[in-house]
Amino acid sequence: MSVDSATVRRIAHLSRIAIEDSEVERLRGELNAILAFVETLSEVDVEGVEPLTSALPMQMKKRADVVTDGGIADEILANAPLREDHYFVVPKVIE
Amino acid sequence: MSDPTHLSLAEARDALKSKQLSAVELAQAHIDAISKSRALNCFITETPEFALAQAQESDARIARGDARPLEGLPLGIKDLYCSKGVRTTAGSRILDDFTPTYESTVSANLLRDGAAMLGKLNLDEFAMGSSNETSAFGPVVSPWRRAADPDAKIVPGGSSGGSSSAVAARLCLGATATDTGGSIRQPAAFTGTVGIKPTYGRCSRWGIVAFASSLDQAGPITRTVRDAAIMLRSMAGHDPKDTTSVDAPVPDYEAAVGASVKGRRIGVPKEYRIDGMSAEIAALWDEGVAWLKDAGAEIVEISLPHTRYALPTYYIIAPAEASSNLARYDGVRYGCREQGRDVSEMYEKTRAAGFGPEVRRRIMIGTYVLSAGYYDAYYVRAQKVRSLIKRDFDEAFASGVDAVLTPATPSTAFAQGEKGSADPVEMYLNDVFTVTVNMAGLPGVAVPGGLAANGLPLGLQLIGKAFDEETLFSLAAAIERAAPKIELPQPWWREG
Repeated sequence: MSVDSATVRRIAHLSRIAIEDSEVERLRGELNAILAFVETLSEVDVEGVEPLTSALPMQMKKRADVVTDGGIADEILANAPLREDHYFVVPKVIE
Repeated sequence: MSDPTHLSLAEARDALKSKQLSAVELAQAHIDAISKSRALNCFITETPEFALAQAQESDARIARGDARPLEGLPLGIKDLYCSKGVRTTAGSRILDDFTPTYESTVSANLLRDGAAMLGKLNLDEFAMGSSNETSAFGPVVSPWRRAADPDAKIVPGGSSGGSSSAVAARLCLGATATDTGGSIRQPAAFTGTVGIKPTYGRCSRWGIVAFASSLDQAGPITRTVRDAAIMLRSMAGHDPKDTTSVDAPVPDYEAAVGASVKGRRIGVPKEYRIDGMSAEIAALWDEGVAWLKDAGAEIVEISLPHTRYALPTYYIIAPAEASSNLARYDGVRYGCREQGRDVSEMYEKTRAAGFGPEVRRRIMIGTYVLSAGYYDAYYVRAQKVRSLIKRDFDEAFASGVDAVLTPATPSTAFAQGEKGSADPVEMYLNDVFTVTVNMAGLPGVAVPGGLAANGLPLGLQLIGKAFDEETLFSLAAAIERAAPKIELPQPWWREG
């Protein structure tokens, strides 16, 4: 499979990365080089094989559903580029 | 003491204990070396005051007989580990002046055991790279030079290139690193140092900037096998804050260094003899076999039939996980922000400005393979092939093999700008021997095997059973004893 320039723009938008028109062709070439490289996986017989989702067989650990942390709003906001009181400030989301 | 930066970590530990050397002297010697070695660009942030304050506390503890396991030993910390109160960049512009309000579990474990932090080490941006050339803070230079071409700037490998270069240049006794597809072992092999990626789950990932969470693992880079064993013992251990960290006791790895390897069965996988393998790499591998045989190990040929699919599988799974993990860099909670007319434009402009080209490329590939219509064809298929890669190892170990011996890299280090500028896949091929280990979650260690004809180091890799790092330390130590001694480079790079 290979991507065309419309797909490159669509992927960039899904990735929330702005791209210039002048970049599309170069990105298309790079992405297609990577896709050509991974294409070899289509020759592997994976019939009946379970997908591996965890590197080692382990039970997901569980803990009691109780508050173990919190009350650190100042710390959480300490690195925000724009904040007001205990809020992150973003551009208008809804007109 | 002549120059304490020439001591191994174990020797420095013993010199401090016997009071031949003070922790402040040891820290100051490294601080001086770092300040004269900025040409290598190993550190993004130096923290000399922090290291000296810790050294003073160490001297006080040693004086009152209250020394901890790593008391007074100065280390470098890869700038992917969050350091409380110290700027942490992940090698990216997008994090700007991010200053964590918390300490990563692994670096906290090292500090708990008395180590001192000299600073934050350079790396490929978000650990994506094999040469440290993708860092937003400039490439790291290796202290090694080609005999015939001493002016070429040699890469220290990646992504832990600041770690490997700083350890080889004696700017720290050891360094933390991380490995997602080879980022500990490949830089170690390129710089004549020792690097171990432990079993997935052995070290906590909490507080380490995430790249591909099912593959990422922390580990040390050091100048000797013993030093790696000492550091890993402190770094490893259960952490309730990482659900994938394993609740099992941490062995005394140092005790495994020097243990006999008589009767150990070592698998040599025929699939690693790839097309076009250089005669020098093939010869190194044969020597490794001979050294282990001389030490009493038994060598058997094994087959890992899905080896050639590991790298393509990695370039689906790692970008897919990265595209999810890096979604958090949106200009809202930390890092830089570019203005936009609305929130969506703000995200897009921030991410375009903050991420470098390799990171943008991987996010886009990951987004594509996870998108509707392609998810099964790419991502689920890659996860199935990953099962087959792991099964190959399971079967080899079930047949009675204790460890697997391979070359660590397909070549020696190259010069800046030599690889990957036209085709990103050319750079990816560096990890062809290391990436299988991350796929299967196994431990792997790179250990120096000697110098190539061009004067640059070559490394061998040993792969172990899950949670059997001890066997790897014993075998790596046997190779270290048998291999020709590597003379670290003279400090041509020092100013003043």
